[in-house]
Amino acid sequence: MNSVDNGLGVEKVHVWRGDLHVLRGVSLQVTPGELVHVAGPNGTGKSTLLRVITGLLHPEQGTVTWCSRAIDRFRAEYQAQLTYLSHEPALKGDLTALENLRFAVGLKRQVAPAELREALGHTGVAHCADLPARVLSAGQRRRVAMARVLAMRASLWLLDEPFANLDAQGSELVSELLRSHVLQGGLAVIVAHHELRIECPLRRLELHA
Amino acid sequence: MSVGPVEVFLLVMRRELRLSFRRPEQLLQPLVFFLIVTTLFPLGLNLQLSLLRDMSPGVLWVAALLSSLLSLDALFKSDADDGTLEQLALSGQGLVLIVTAKTCAHWLVTGAALVLVAPLVAIALNIPSVAFATMMVSLAMGTLTLSWLGAIGAGLTVGLRRSNVLLSLIVLPLAMPLLIFGAAATDRAISQISPAGALYFLAALCVFTCTLAPFAVTAALRITLE
Repeated sequence: MNSVDNGLGVEKVHVWRGDLHVLRGVSLQVTPGELVHVAGPNGTGKSTLLRVITGLLHPEQGTVTWCSRAIDRFRAEYQAQLTYLSHEPALKGDLTALENLRFAVGLKRQVAPAELREALGHTGVAHCADLPARVLSAGQRRRVAMARVLAMRASLWLLDEPFANLDAQGSELVSELLRSHVLQGGLAVIVAHHELRIECPLRRLELHA
Repeated sequence: MSVGPVEVFLLVMRRELRLSFRRPEQLLQPLVFFLIVTTLFPLGLNLQLSLLRDMSPGVLWVAALLSSLLSLDALFKSDADDGTLEQLALSGQGLVLIVTAKTCAHWLVTGAALVLVAPLVAIALNIPSVAFATMMVSLAMGTLTLSWLGAIGAGLTVGLRRSNVLLSLIVLPLAMPLLIFGAAATDRAISQISPAGALYFLAALCVFTCTLAPFAVTAALRITLE
């Protein structure tokens, strides 16, 4: 785990989408060992906020900082320390679950297949490791994507609806993974519709239309 | 342990090739297209052998350009659709490097394959075998340049639905110099005149595109990701 001095800061971020003012001066601080739950009705810019934090989307106003430095100044270095799970599980249907993970995680760090199988085991899809991702169910794909999040060993987790498509057991599993990540000093920003029941330092950020 | 640029390049390349070979039909389509289009010309025009020989470099090159275009549309599209492109951009590795590896892999399965089947087509078009070497070298440089030009177009149009026609409209005008010098090189080789001048021009275009296009593609993709 990378050591983090001050964590993540989002300061008065404004984003327009065409004429639509999506984010109106959102500010947020996340310190190591803390989870922030971004909540709010549809269309209030929760996913947009997450994309701003990843550095994929440049806000029209405001800054995102990591360890008190603006991320624009060291984007690649910053992005190497985060892992992002979007609506799409970002798996190639023609590759097996394991091949998908090997590629995605392999870009971040050297990784052995055994370790990836272990990560798949943690999320309960070890038996899917050698199946092409296209034959997996939506829930299984989500679990494979979660295994990728886990195997990245990033200090900052940015998860967009990590509970989507998951059964009760799967949701519990993700909660548990989040809890242990945060308790080990990691940071997490989660977009989720329902209430989180995770026993760790948790803060809620409500976005309004 | 961090991952070096060479490893990243190979990793992306291996993945792209693996993906291509899992879909052999997509791999074969441009090649079959190339073969069929070049076969249509002699059939449709009912030419005399000498006329065919005069026209063949142009026919060969136009067919090669069009068949290379066929697969360019998909270069970034599937990655953009399934969210992989975001993951690539967030990998902490330079997107330029990843884009370069992707385009090189794309050229290997389309352009290089086309170069290999070109002698077959050349025989059908009555191109003498003395010109084969020049034809293959010029096609190799031409298709590589086209892959890069196409990658710029694919990067720009990746966010659009039905981008295929727009992509052709962007890329084909840029590909005109390739057609002119490529066909000229082949033509000269057929007439047994030194094709060096045209080949040098092609090589210059190739180097120019290969060095600058990766940055243009990356910039185009970054705009798309916003």
